[in-house]
Amino acid sequence: MSVIRKLAALGLAVSTLGGVAQAEELVVYSARQDHLIKPVFDLYTEKTGTTFKYITDSEAPLLARLKAEGANTPADLLITVDAGNLWQAEQQGVLRAVDSATISANIPAKYRSADGYWTGLSLRARTIAYSTERVDPSELSTYEALADEDWAARLCLRTSRKVYNQSLTATMMESIGVERTTEVLQGWVNNLATPAFGDDTALLNAIAAGQCDVGIVNSYYFGRLEKADPSFPVKLFWPNQQDRGVHVNISGAGVTAHAKHPDEAVAFLEWLTTEEAQRVFADVNQEFPANESVAPSEEVASWGDFKRDDVNVEVAGRRQAEAIMLMDRVGWH
Amino acid sequence: MPLPSIVSKPQWRAVAYAGAVLVLLPLLVLALSWNSLDSTIWNHLLETQMARLLGNTLVLAIGVIVGVVLLGVSLAWLTSLCNFPGRRWLDWALMLPFAVPAYVLAFVMIGILDFAGPLQTTLRGWLGSDFRMVSIRSTGGVIFVLVLVFYPYVYMLARGAFLAQGRGLMEAARILGHSPWQAFWRVALPMARPAIGAGAALAVMETLADFGAVSVFNYDTFTTAIYKTWYGFYSLQTATQLASLLLLFVLLALYAERRAQGSKRFPGSDKPRQGPLFQLRGVRGWLATGYCLLVLAVAFIIPLVQLFYWLFTSGSDFDERYWSLIRNTLTLGGIAAVTTVVVAMLLVLARRLQPIRRVRSAVALANLGYALPGSVLAVGIMFAFSVADNQLVVPLQRWLGVESPAPLLLGSLFALLLAYLIRFMAVASGPLDTALARIRPALPEAAHSLGHSGVSVFWRVYLPLLMPGLLSAGLLVFVDVLKEMPATLLMRPFGWDTLAVRIHSLTAEGNWPEAALPAITLVATGLLPVIVLIRRSAQSVGRGNAH
Repeated sequence: MSVIRKLAALGLAVSTLGGVAQAEELVVYSARQDHLIKPVFDLYTEKTGTTFKYITDSEAPLLARLKAEGANTPADLLITVDAGNLWQAEQQGVLRAVDSATISANIPAKYRSADGYWTGLSLRARTIAYSTERVDPSELSTYEALADEDWAARLCLRTSRKVYNQSLTATMMESIGVERTTEVLQGWVNNLATPAFGDDTALLNAIAAGQCDVGIVNSYYFGRLEKADPSFPVKLFWPNQQDRGVHVNISGAGVTAHAKHPDEAVAFLEWLTTEEAQRVFADVNQEFPANESVAPSEEVASWGDFKRDDVNVEVAGRRQAEAIMLMDRVGWH
Repeated sequence: MPLPSIVSKPQWRAVAYAGAVLVLLPLLVLALSWNSLDSTIWNHLLETQMARLLGNTLVLAIGVIVGVVLLGVSLAWLTSLCNFPGRRWLDWALMLPFAVPAYVLAFVMIGILDFAGPLQTTLRGWLGSDFRMVSIRSTGGVIFVLVLVFYPYVYMLARGAFLAQGRGLMEAARILGHSPWQAFWRVALPMARPAIGAGAALAVMETLADFGAVSVFNYDTFTTAIYKTWYGFYSLQTATQLASLLLLFVLLALYAERRAQGSKRFPGSDKPRQGPLFQLRGVRGWLATGYCLLVLAVAFIIPLVQLFYWLFTSGSDFDERYWSLIRNTLTLGGIAAVTTVVVAMLLVLARRLQPIRRVRSAVALANLGYALPGSVLAVGIMFAFSVADNQLVVPLQRWLGVESPAPLLLGSLFALLLAYLIRFMAVASGPLDTALARIRPALPEAAHSLGHSGVSVFWRVYLPLLMPGLLSAGLLVFVDVLKEMPATLLMRPFGWDTLAVRIHSLTAEGNWPEAALPAITLVATGLLPVIVLIRRSAQSVGRGNAH
């Protein structure tokens, strides 16, 4: 019996090659890409000595992994790139409520979960991009106007499978109602110049090349292309400035329900909302800091100021399934 | 003389069942997902999506099958049975596209051929800005790219079959009055049919499981519905239900294919082929060269050129982590290749030696993993292991007195390797099956009658004759694991990022030019095994049959 015990113990010891986590290490599951989070992690490590172990993947698999691991999960934090996904994580019980005065003070309530399960860290606007060669900005006004016949065969969209479009639809439904949104989306689909693209960069390049004249993209994709080529013949337009404002979405994080280092995780999350971190977090991807006292980078500021949609980003999650079904019904692939 | 004892040993049955159970474990999770139905989602899917998705998937599958068979068989025929200028190096060069993952070829092709890409932009410059041509982002485009990616499966297996057929057979056909064409249609092709079928089956299963390439194209298939249900509706349960339906279709299709094929076996001939049979002279020779070069250019050379162009004109992704990326990629590939081939060999042998229906079914089930999208398989394993961790491992640790019991199976290297094993079992089985079928039953029977025991027969008869097949299988699995992305993403332990993971990181955000470096590195890593694979298979077919 004792021989078996020893052998089994040996086997277990050998297989535990990961080792025991030290107190100064945080484990992060991130849907935000590696090269966008590493700079922030490195900065924090320099500052405090805490090291990071992280895995990157899309949100749904990360969530599935968190649920499968349950109470045994090594993850301390979850970072995502869409509000809907954070809301979903909250619903599935993998996050814990954090009551932090720092976070509440730094981040506006509309970018945070009502009960403190997660907080936004940076914002991206999903807005209209137009060709500077073929479109005068005075022709543009609202998202809804893109459904007009004037834009027939001139519109490019990204796939409805991408969560960014689902969140846009969800918040639109919340603001103007399901029926009107259905009309608008149907109009968009009718105006498509080419089948929907798999990503925003290809969409922007299509506008530049002349395949279409307008499209709806996330601001930072435009930022990247503009940075690479300042003479890029496309510009951003901020729609709906007379009513609800531009749709914004967040990239944010939450502390996991079964975090092994909850205090360190909360400390890190709080630090992420401070100016020092916000600057790096947002600037590395040309996003807007969620902390409104932090100014965006120069390049981002050069796109102009704009009115943002005030709706709580949670809506993106609550109405995501509804939005997808709507998009399916109007034939937006 | 009674039947050799090895045939009736129940060990082989146990092996087959054990292999099947291992593979079935995650599939069981799929089956268990049917315990309740989300009617809202199902109704929505059936009303708005199903018809279109099934149509798309069917068209894609048929298109790919027709394409890879036409391309693979024609190329295999030319390089293995005909002689023409450049045959010697085109022979193995035509296998090179195998090193390119489908998702890489997808974004490269779209990058080159789409409206905003270099080809159309140049043409618009010459022919006026109103010039329009057929769009790559269409059903035809997806089929085009997937055929170019997957034809190597058919090419390799068909070529092996043609080479193994021996000179005598074709000469006999010619003597009996057949023209080369007729000899091909009536003799060579039917005898190669099992190999061609195996290659086409691999190609179509990969097509059905593919998510990376069809996402770049934004082409909706049944598999993308699985992901949409999971990522969008957050109903993992419905997603696994859809995945189990997918597997059911595949199972039925494979069963139908087997029935149609019958139980024909074509053992190798006595004399290996010495050299090519048909000399293509003059124009016909150059046409053949041109055809092969065209395929090679479109499937491999031009995409590489585009990747290198992106590499040199955009910011490099290179950093000190590249070495660990390469090291991880190679390590995972190597270990997975060895384990998968060993298990596949055991299963294939079990089926040959104990050919009762239950064993055959068990082995067939074990091959199903290939048609399963990588993420779904990974989720199945994750859940199976999470249960095992909670019910077995953690209590076991407590019993042993470990202080803070932690789950070991979930998130471990073992789980990832198991995922590779299940996923690529079919890839290893194909060449092993073909190699095993070429061993004439007389050989082991003769060994038995000479008094050798079962194990001895294995080491001295089966293993040497299987060695070429084992090597092929190992190299195939190695390259496939190199290219694998979804399961690796989900199940990799910390610090085990691979090149495929890096490519995903960059292409997920539309950063195609930055993805050029990891893409080229990945292709380069897979090139050497591919070249070794194809060159060995030519030599060793001859060796394997000589006695």
